Amino acid sequence: MPYYIIRNPYVTGNSVIAMKYKDGVIMACDTGASYGSTLRYKSVERIKEVGKHSLIGGSGEFSDFQEILRYLDELTLNDHMWDDGNSLGPKEIHAYLTRVMYNRRNKFDPLWNSLVLGGVKKGPKGDEKYLGMVNMIGTHFEENHIATGFGNHMAIPILRGEWREDMTFEEAVKLIEKCLLVLLYRDRSSINKFQIAKITTEGSTIYPPYALKTNWGFAAFENPSKGAVGTW
Amino acid sequence: RNSKHRNRKMAGSMELPTKGGFSFDLCRRNAMLEKNGLKMPGFRKTGTTIVGLVFADGVVLGADTRATEGPIVADKNCEKIHFMAPNIYCCGAGTAADTEAVTDMVSSQLQLHRYATSRESRVVTALTLLKTHLFNYQGHVSAALVLGGVDVTGPHLHTVYPHGSTDTLPFATMGSGSLAAMSVFESKYREGLTREEGIALVAEAIRAGIFNDLGSGSNVDVCVITKGNTEYLRNHELPNPRTFVSSKGYSFNKGHTEVLSTKITQLKLKPEVADGDAMEE
Repeated sequence: MPYYIIRNPYVTGNSVIAMKYKDGVIMACDTGASYGSTLRYKSVERIKEVGKHSLIGGSGEFSDFQEILRYLDELTLNDHMWDDGNSLGPKEIHAYLTRVMYNRRNKFDPLWNSLVLGGVKKGPKGDEKYLGMVNMIGTHFEENHIATGFGNHMAIPILRGEWREDMTFEEAVKLIEKCLLVLLYRDRSSINKFQIAKITTEGSTIYPPYALKTNWGFAAFENPSKGAVGTW
Repeated sequence: RNSKHRNRKMAGSMELPTKGGFSFDLCRRNAMLEKNGLKMPGFRKTGTTIVGLVFADGVVLGADTRATEGPIVADKNCEKIHFMAPNIYCCGAGTAADTEAVTDMVSSQLQLHRYATSRESRVVTALTLLKTHLFNYQGHVSAALVLGGVDVTGPHLHTVYPHGSTDTLPFATMGSGSLAAMSVFESKYREGLTREEGIALVAEAIRAGIFNDLGSGSNVDVCVITKGNTEYLRNHELPNPRTFVSSKGYSFNKGHTEVLSTKITQLKLKPEVADGDAMEE
């Protein structure tokens, strides 16, 4: 059994940002997938529904994300075939994914992804919101706000400062758009085409892609060498 | 004399060393030593968050105060905003010795230039001196700077990278905490901020670096430069106070340590003179 297969990612997706809000969980990402330094695919859906109660967002190698979706399909199908009135919630899906990712890592053949798992399911204390992440080496945790990739450096500081437990959907969208805009400005592989998805007790909605308004009108950008003609 | 001897160089004569820049003569020796197991000493870095922004009347510079040596905090409250001229200050990230030395050197050069020209220093002068020096050293002088000031031509803010490139920007961040600080700036900066808004935004950006980046920490330093006036607000915010202080303090009262035995030795007494004269001192 070869122990040295640690592949390189080829077609990669960008950051995914997610956070809990009053009615459930909101998740967002851009719709681009890069092939190295080329922006190869511009209309890729990297957030998908899983069962009735969860959303999964994936960054990293896109083919591995598609494979994970097939595993989850099999999982939810088997669960449905039990026909016992119960269905897998986000916590269970997250635990399943953690096992899959960690076992692959132990075989030195990882699925090169950072996955964000969010959802709402009725529990003993009423409707329980859940948001967690698991990455290619099997690190997993649960938090009120999650970001993968570059979002860790640029979106998490904003979310840590401004997230609140009782945000309405509109407030949550505004905060997520703030993070998406910063990533658009400062992450070279980001594109201006985003998708937002939300999941509540009513079900999940993945909104159509749209663009954010950017502002490039700073006076200093007009003529940077105004103060010293001939500077370089 | 034989002409052959005259054309040959004198045995043992040295070639004049090139002026400026590093001499890489010992690199082969160092590589050999490292291969044989020598561990090279590390640099003390400032793992930092430094920021600057342009507001309505001038520039505001900000910095954290943590200096790191690998995983250890070497200095909890160092000063990263360096004086260049009365109207120009420079924040430094990267190797602490390099930022100190290069800002000190350019500051001295600016002062000499002020004496020679009888004029206030301009920010572009400091910028050109810094970038020329850093380019000459091809990135080996690891200094990443945020240079800001107000001169006769107005307020200016620049970033200088270790290899010598510069940018002119309305807002800038450098250091390991630059991404956290930049996320604050990108979402909240607008042109024409007032002095209070500028200071508040700079402090917020530095706090984002302090709390989200491991290489930055401790306190917030701020420097506000306007036309004709500079305010260096050292430790403008102290968001990491020492929360537990022992009420007893560090006191070692009698009775803290168990006494096992006591022996008292008298110091040598001055001998009493019985008769005769006392010895001359």
